[in-house]
Amino acid sequence: MTNNNYWKANIALIIKCLTIWFVVSYLFGIVFVDALNTIKLGGYKLGFWFAQQGSIYTFVILIFYYAKSMGKIDKEFGVDEK
Amino acid sequence: MDLQTLTFLFVGATFAIYIGIAFWARAGSTSEFYVAGGGIHPVANGMATAADWMSAASFISMAGLIAFYGYGGSVFLMGWTGGYVLLAMLLAPYLRKHGSFTVPEFISDRYYSKTARVVAVICLIIASVTYVIGQMKGIGVAFSRFLEVDYSTGLVTGMVIVAFYAVMGGMKGITYTQIAQYVIMIIAYTIPAIFISFMLTGNPIPQLGLGSEMADGTYLLDKLDQVVMQLGFAEYTTQARLSATNMFVYTLSLMIGTAGLPHVIMRFFTVKSVKAARESAGWALVFIAILYTTAPAVAAMARLNLMTTIDQPNAEQNLAYADRPAWFKNWEKTGLLKFEDKNNDGLISYVGDKKANEMVKVDRDIMVLANPEIAGLPNWVIAIVAAGGLAAALSTAAGLLLAIASSISHDLLKGVWRPNISEKEELKYSRLSMIGAILIAGYYGFNPPDFAAGTVALAFGLAASSIFPALMMGIFSKKMNKEGAIAGMLSGIGITLLYVFQHKGIMFVKSTSFLGDMDPNWFLGIEPNAFGAIGAVVNFAVAFFVMSRTAKVPAEVEQMVENIRVPASN
Repeated sequence: MTNNNYWKANIALIIKCLTIWFVVSYLFGIVFVDALNTIKLGGYKLGFWFAQQGSIYTFVILIFYYAKSMGKIDKEFGVDEK
Repeated sequence: MDLQTLTFLFVGATFAIYIGIAFWARAGSTSEFYVAGGGIHPVANGMATAADWMSAASFISMAGLIAFYGYGGSVFLMGWTGGYVLLAMLLAPYLRKHGSFTVPEFISDRYYSKTARVVAVICLIIASVTYVIGQMKGIGVAFSRFLEVDYSTGLVTGMVIVAFYAVMGGMKGITYTQIAQYVIMIIAYTIPAIFISFMLTGNPIPQLGLGSEMADGTYLLDKLDQVVMQLGFAEYTTQARLSATNMFVYTLSLMIGTAGLPHVIMRFFTVKSVKAARESAGWALVFIAILYTTAPAVAAMARLNLMTTIDQPNAEQNLAYADRPAWFKNWEKTGLLKFEDKNNDGLISYVGDKKANEMVKVDRDIMVLANPEIAGLPNWVIAIVAAGGLAAALSTAAGLLLAIASSISHDLLKGVWRPNISEKEELKYSRLSMIGAILIAGYYGFNPPDFAAGTVALAFGLAASSIFPALMMGIFSKKMNKEGAIAGMLSGIGITLLYVFQHKGIMFVKSTSFLGDMDPNWFLGIEPNAFGAIGAVVNFAVAFFVMSRTAKVPAEVEQMVENIRVPASN
């Protein structure tokens, strides 16, 4: 049963991360790009910035966040590699 | 020193490094040959993965594409990075836990089926061979432009170097060489970008320079929008690629395709642990992101420099053809840049209107290579760029060759035809199949097929529509059985092939495209290159449908899935 709960915790974390992944690239970078472009970030239009810069930075942070959180979950359920 | 001597010096020095590493990292066992012994540090593996992933296409072509597509080029930036998020969370850790040497091996174990393994090998070989052909061509072109030797000499030199370190070192040799190649590649990419960003905006960091003001107080991107629109081109920061739907599906296809490409997945078999596999995906993306966030700056600045070198606010002061700079003449010689004086005024007019435009050809692939010359940077910078382009092509070619060789020797030979083969013999056959793969790739390098560019769509389409769904369902659904997986893979590839072929011609023979390659005939306006995501959806749907009507998964396979889901048993 421990493994079952461990897997549920993993899935919940993945859904959380992939939601952010989807929002920054598909929503901010493509679907709502025109609306966001009315806002400016320095010389960047915000939608354009997400499509060419922001989404990539977010992806990097997401992976490390996932790796770190999974490390904790591994320990919590006692399934970490010794 | 002149440019050619400097280039020989830089390229020669980098090749000496690769050969030195090959001697130092010889592979002695099959484990070292296929997965470098499974003990590579996550940061080192991340760097090697980045070099493996970033090919001549990323290094040479991508910024050029963005320079001309503007905002529409974002599909490549997001698509070729976002796949690592999927890899890190959905595939890499579990595949590492399973501990196989190759992707088809996992599919064969999980779906208890040799048929599934053979289907996976076929997808893998088509996807990888397509890619290798592109790299070989890149190697030949880079050599012929920068060393002024002919195309064939360049190609053979490249083949010999790859053969030397890949055959001798296997994954171990390739990994350490790729680390060196990454360093060379990233220096070569960022140095010109830093110079140009500083010259245009006073900010040496290209990622910030792109959002900064120029000397006259206007923002660089505003200035670029203004310049290109005045000349009748689409606004740089908003020009979409066909439609939002098409961009959405294209981005998704590239992401899923990235996560399904076997030479990338294989890299996660080389790390020590499940934890290291997760981190390694993060490091890989850090090293990729350095280049990928610089690329939009290179693109916009190259476009601006090109336009403002040729066109002036007052068209009568445009650059005169007789006064064209050296880079212009050099690229004219290659045929990739062409001028036609349509109005016979001796001045160059580069405008959006096709009838009046006198720059009849500006090949997008020359932008990155010509950029330092257009900006007037010193010769040694240009020489480094040449070495970087070669590093990008060589590192990717080596990774792909290994993926092909291991699927032949490990999956077909040992897995299906001759299970009793000894380790020593298997190692010998993997080296032989690698030499075979290099010769085939070289043959296509000498006789580049017209369809090389079109097949990249197929490589991503195959990976996205067959390999990725099969792996993901194998991990996330305990119930997925072999019938479902095989039916899913075949229908996913089938529909992707059908869509690509009906628009681009059967086996890319143009005259056989029965629907024509134009947007009114495209399904929902989706271009053939972007169809992999739809193929993947079909794969999932068919797999679950077939699964619901066929035999259950054996208990020991369910147990196996339980086992790969946890890093260590408690």
